[in-house]
Amino acid sequence: MAALAEEQTEVAVKLEPEGPPTLLPPQTGDGAGEGSGGTPNNGPNGGGGNVAAVAATAAAGGDGGTPKPVVAVSAAAPAGAAPVSAAPTEAGAPHDRQTLLAVLQFLRQSNLREAEEALRREARLLEEAVAGSGAPGELDGAGAEAASALLSRVTASVPGSAAPDPPGSGASGATVFSGSASGPAAPGKVGSVAVEDQPDVSAVLSAYNQQGDPAMYEEYYSGLKHFIECSLDCHRAELSQLFYPLFVHMYLELVYNQHENEAKSFFEKFHGDQECYYQDDLRVLSSLTKKEHMKGNETMLDFRTSKFVLRISRDSYQLLKRHLQEKQNNQIWNIVQEHLYIDIFDGMPRSKQQIDAMVGSLAGEAKREANKSKVFFGLLKEPEIEVPLDDEDEEGENEEGKPKKKKPKKDSAGSKSKKQDPNAPPQNRIPLPELKDSDKLDKIMNMKETTKRVRLGPDCLPSICFYTFLNAYQGLTAVDVTDDSSLIAGGFADSTVRVWSVTPKKLRSVKQASDLSLIDKESDDVLERIMDEKTASELKILYGHSGPVYGASFSPDRNYLLSSSEDGTVRLWSLQTFTCLVGYKGHNYPVWDTQFSPYGYYFVSGGHDRVARLWATDHYQPLRIFAGHLADVNCTRFHPNSNYVATGSADRTVRLWDVLNGNCVRIFTGHKGPIHSLTFSPNGRFLATGATDGRVLLWDIGHGLMVGELKGHTDTVCSLRFSRDGEILASGSMDNTVRLWDAIKAFEDLETDDFTTATGHINLPENSQELLLGTYMTKSTPVVHLHFTRRNLVLAAGAYSPQ
Amino acid sequence: MAEEKKLKLSNTVLPSESMKVVAESMGIAQIQEETCQLLTDEVSYRIKEIAQDALKFMHMGKRQKLTTSDIDYALKLKNVEPLYGFHAQEFIPFRFASGGGRELYFYEEKEVDLSDIINTPLPRVPLDVCLKAHWLSIEGCQPAIPENPPPAPKEQQKAEATEPLKSAKPGQEEDGPLKGKGQGTAAADGKGKEKKAPPLLEGAPFRLKPRSIHELSVEQQLYYKEITEACVGSCEAKRAEALQSIATDPGLYQMLPRFSTFISEGVRVNVVQNNLALLIYLMRMVKALMDNPTLYLEKYVHELIPAVMTCIVSRQLCLRPDVDNHWALRDFAARLVAQICKHFSTTTNNIQSRITKTFTKSWVDEKTPWTTRYGSIAGLAELGHDVIKTLILPRLQQEGERIRSVLDGPVLSNIDRIGADHVQSLLLKHCAPVLAKLRPPPDNQDAYRGEFGSLGPLLCSHVVKARAQAALQAQQVNRTTLTITQPRPTLTLSQAPQPGPRTPGLLKVPGSIALPVQTLVSARAAAPPQPSPPPTKFIVMSSSSSASSTQQVLSLSTSAPGSGSTTTSPVTTTVPSVQPIVKLVSTATTAPPSTAPAGPGSVQKYIVVSLPPTGEGKGGPPSHPSPVPPPSSSPSPLGGSALCGGKQDAGDSPPPAPGTPKANGSQPTGPGSPQPAL
Repeated sequence: MAALAEEQTEVAVKLEPEGPPTLLPPQTGDGAGEGSGGTPNNGPNGGGGNVAAVAATAAAGGDGGTPKPVVAVSAAAPAGAAPVSAAPTEAGAPHDRQTLLAVLQFLRQSNLREAEEALRREARLLEEAVAGSGAPGELDGAGAEAASALLSRVTASVPGSAAPDPPGSGASGATVFSGSASGPAAPGKVGSVAVEDQPDVSAVLSAYNQQGDPAMYEEYYSGLKHFIECSLDCHRAELSQLFYPLFVHMYLELVYNQHENEAKSFFEKFHGDQECYYQDDLRVLSSLTKKEHMKGNETMLDFRTSKFVLRISRDSYQLLKRHLQEKQNNQIWNIVQEHLYIDIFDGMPRSKQQIDAMVGSLAGEAKREANKSKVFFGLLKEPEIEVPLDDEDEEGENEEGKPKKKKPKKDSAGSKSKKQDPNAPPQNRIPLPELKDSDKLDKIMNMKETTKRVRLGPDCLPSICFYTFLNAYQGLTAVDVTDDSSLIAGGFADSTVRVWSVTPKKLRSVKQASDLSLIDKESDDVLERIMDEKTASELKILYGHSGPVYGASFSPDRNYLLSSSEDGTVRLWSLQTFTCLVGYKGHNYPVWDTQFSPYGYYFVSGGHDRVARLWATDHYQPLRIFAGHLADVNCTRFHPNSNYVATGSADRTVRLWDVLNGNCVRIFTGHKGPIHSLTFSPNGRFLATGATDGRVLLWDIGHGLMVGELKGHTDTVCSLRFSRDGEILASGSMDNTVRLWDAIKAFEDLETDDFTTATGHINLPENSQELLLGTYMTKSTPVVHLHFTRRNLVLAAGAYSPQ
Repeated sequence: MAEEKKLKLSNTVLPSESMKVVAESMGIAQIQEETCQLLTDEVSYRIKEIAQDALKFMHMGKRQKLTTSDIDYALKLKNVEPLYGFHAQEFIPFRFASGGGRELYFYEEKEVDLSDIINTPLPRVPLDVCLKAHWLSIEGCQPAIPENPPPAPKEQQKAEATEPLKSAKPGQEEDGPLKGKGQGTAAADGKGKEKKAPPLLEGAPFRLKPRSIHELSVEQQLYYKEITEACVGSCEAKRAEALQSIATDPGLYQMLPRFSTFISEGVRVNVVQNNLALLIYLMRMVKALMDNPTLYLEKYVHELIPAVMTCIVSRQLCLRPDVDNHWALRDFAARLVAQICKHFSTTTNNIQSRITKTFTKSWVDEKTPWTTRYGSIAGLAELGHDVIKTLILPRLQQEGERIRSVLDGPVLSNIDRIGADHVQSLLLKHCAPVLAKLRPPPDNQDAYRGEFGSLGPLLCSHVVKARAQAALQAQQVNRTTLTITQPRPTLTLSQAPQPGPRTPGLLKVPGSIALPVQTLVSARAAAPPQPSPPPTKFIVMSSSSSASSTQQVLSLSTSAPGSGSTTTSPVTTTVPSVQPIVKLVSTATTAPPSTAPAGPGSVQKYIVVSLPPTGEGKGGPPSHPSPVPPPSSSPSPLGGSALCGGKQDAGDSPPPAPGTPKANGSQPTGPGSPQPAL
């Protein structure tokens, strides 16, 4: 779905006359591979003047014979987008594919699980082989194969609902995509269901129509419970995973079929058995007591539209299946078949601890194949810049830094990036803006600072300078600091964005146009002259938003500032004139976070509408829409090489998206609460995430594994940041502490043997306390932002909130 | 994440009466029960939905407190028009009132006189947001500066005291103590401790914790010297400042051993020398230490209790027992012991029972001199009504005889006579309120005589007086219920449940509320001139018929009206104990029906507001209705009087000692005391 969506936008981008070629038909191979399915259909749409971001494009896939009504609908039509007529397309999918799907379908219906599995595995092997050969970019028959895979994920369409989403029609107009969630490497799975609200809810729910005797539900459940509790220890932990999804679906079935009292007593009886990290969802469920409530309840829709993923070893699964067949327990078997996705693996069953580390998300664990695709996590090669060596003494904000053409001497810090990292993406995988002279100057400054950088380690902890926002009356909602640590921006609940200069250099805006015309443009200090001295001040206030500002981000060149707000817009501000330049409208709901790419020009935003969007500053429409999260996208971060975007969501998953094609390449589960902070390690290999459960989790991006868990915070982790060389991880939290962790140690004893990599079963070190290097309490000041200066001094920021 | 594996969720719904009330207000008179039920289900569900969305906004706004605007945004998400007019920053503007068996939450809408608004001067413009930088940590050590929290929080001090064995990792073993030694400052120490804070590691080598560092930095030594000198010196103003510092300074825990030794040694020496003044100073130091919220005193209680007990029961505390007012010291120390009991008594250390035993033993002893006798009774009486009931009342008759024999009998010694006199008034003072509560109203002189012997008649008249007082109190409180005045709209009302059961001694019966409200208020008005308009006053009485006996402490803080916040004395801004506090006290059903207009059988709750900055208004024993301001009170709010006069009262009023009858607050400064005011 996402892939299709962004296919569309690419067309839109192409049509824009003035836009520079940005993310245009990216690579030949990819473009053709996916385009062969999508572009021909979308082309006319775009050509007709529809610069819509998303279109409903769906084709009757191979499983037309499926009894299940599966609906694919597009939504998230941005405000002001022209109505998009869905173009129901007839896929030119090869017939063999259809037959394969049909066979799979038949096998599943007749409960021939093994046969189905075998066939599926075989098909996937075939598929992957094809994808592997197709990815590099030759144009061959694989393109068609990929396209058909793409299409097979998208199924029937509902033409009527292609009309623009009426904003705020009852429940969220946010769409639920799950097809893209499962990743492109999962063909043959019919999971892509995008749901428009009201009209289709009944269709979605109708799966609950088949019902057994409501009185029997408790018996079924307790029967299963008894079975699982009596099973062998090694299987018990794995099978216990079934409790929660079964409980939820049985409860929802009862509610849907209007057995209110049975539902209530069922809930009362069994909700105490569920793991405590599902508490928040259970609370939602407990209030859901009537069929009418189910309409528009997002949590409920999440459950219905996405299969809960469980990872179970083959032995445990056999055990379960035998039990259910013996008992003729069709009710539970149906739920397992229809609403759960059981990811079976061979080998030892996992331990309780291993399971606990990975579960907790809204829709279960990530499927194994979702994390299999290759990620280029290496850094891009730094451009060659001659570093003037001898002007060490003339430091400062010398505008005419004049990089004299001296003999190019390689800086120690710069040299490591000279040879191409094997894991790095091709330099031009994503079109990046060219370096301007001022950027080069900044890089030179950066390198000079680098030489003075403090080497951190367990014995050499960084100093922390805390910037307290006084008199903020709990209104501080976002903070950002420029890379060179000269400016601090604060977003406030009163809709303002305030920019402070923390260096003696005051903030000045450019003179009025009439005054500018008087300036001698040839003079040497023209850059000085255009500034209006009268406007110099330490603080500038930017007015424009009409709701709390939840995200702020400086551009790397310090000329722009982005802010995202409750009012649904992202605004781009000029730090030369201190005015608003653009308001990017697209999210119709609050935008929780936004961030500039480390190379500028692109930025990403995520919000309540459950999608993250990729934008370029000179396009008023998003270039990519990353859809797949099942709840709000709380935070968004660019990978240091700008080729990937990580998003953390309230569905308790972290996803990594490929900027090039909009695919979701990693799904990380394991957090037990909404994710509120993300950060990449400077070398791009690792990701650290913090959530409301107070834990910080560390992930290896290349292997797609959880590699560490840092426990210590007692409240939401609001901010995370690695030191410049990646030795220290700093975390700031609502519990009013800054904690420093030994990142080197956390990553060094990383066991990445083949088995772990293959299965994704990790054994986390028992104790994260030995990684904790320091805890620093503030005086009732939640730590909202952390930043390492170029010399590795920590800057922390937060608003004092008197108790 | 919650630790408990078994979570309990229940689906609460609004009562269907609410639907009826809403329907009535819309003009729909008759609404069927079935309809109501359907409506409540629906409305409850929608409200929960909104609340969940509102929570999301709270989290993203990086706040711990849900505000009305969060709910507005949540409504906006649902495309519902927000509720306009609830834009108070951080309080929910509902008031609770009850009466006649009905409970009501209402939104207070006062009629506003426009001319008032025009005539009032504009409020000060609130301060703008500003940025301030400080060092949270310097190369891993947290500097001890005011911007940072105190080096060792109370929990940590406690952890240190209670978990002597701690393991440390090999890596930290070296650098923790090393750094501590190298710097020798609070910060270094704090950090060293911090690293040891993690709970026991499995399998890690066990190791004794490093002893706390006993060297003080030069600054700390200077501070210690200054403080101790000021505390026992002759300058009252300096002493007040020193005590203030002890009571509020967050970084004192390293000096605690020294302070505690200073006090216990000081008491030992000065008791022998009968130096009453110094004893009083030392007791005030104890009080200040107890008031400091950042100190974990448990470790030093064993040194402090004997010192305080000495000041209560010592045979002789001053050179001229017939003239000097050592009674005040005994009273004060008795209150301290009661406070210590309340704070530190646990089932393991049994402080309270041990103290009670000590007092009882010395009281029962026939040969005990009157001074010690007085001290024992005072000590017991301060422990609360239960103790009075079980230990003092049964002995009243016996004690009465003894007093009579001294007072009426041949004059043996003037000192004995004075002692007996004091014991008598002490007994009367403490027993009357308890009896007023225990006995049914008709107070018969003869009945009392029969039961309590020679003290009977006097006791009877005191009980009558106490009842009158209580009735007056109830009336006053009642009247204020009807007119809740709220001069300033900005007001925070947060509600915190008081954990744990309270001993009955903490309950305040109407009879023991020392002063009529009117007096309290007028005394406030006469208090030192305030640059700001008088702070908001709230007296709310409400009775609830619910059987729950849980007590709540409502704290009502005025949000700095006008320029008040900066110009009021430091006491209001720094000492949490002097912040306005609403105490909600409920009495048992045994209260006389006359004082309970809501009808017998209902549990009453009284909310008493104490107001900043001084508690002088509360002075005056119940027998003297007109408040006698402490002699040392001077109009300067910063001066010593405000601190010493107000302090001890302030210390009595907040939750730590709500049960201590406020009337006693001024006792130490009682009539004719030649000693410096406590």
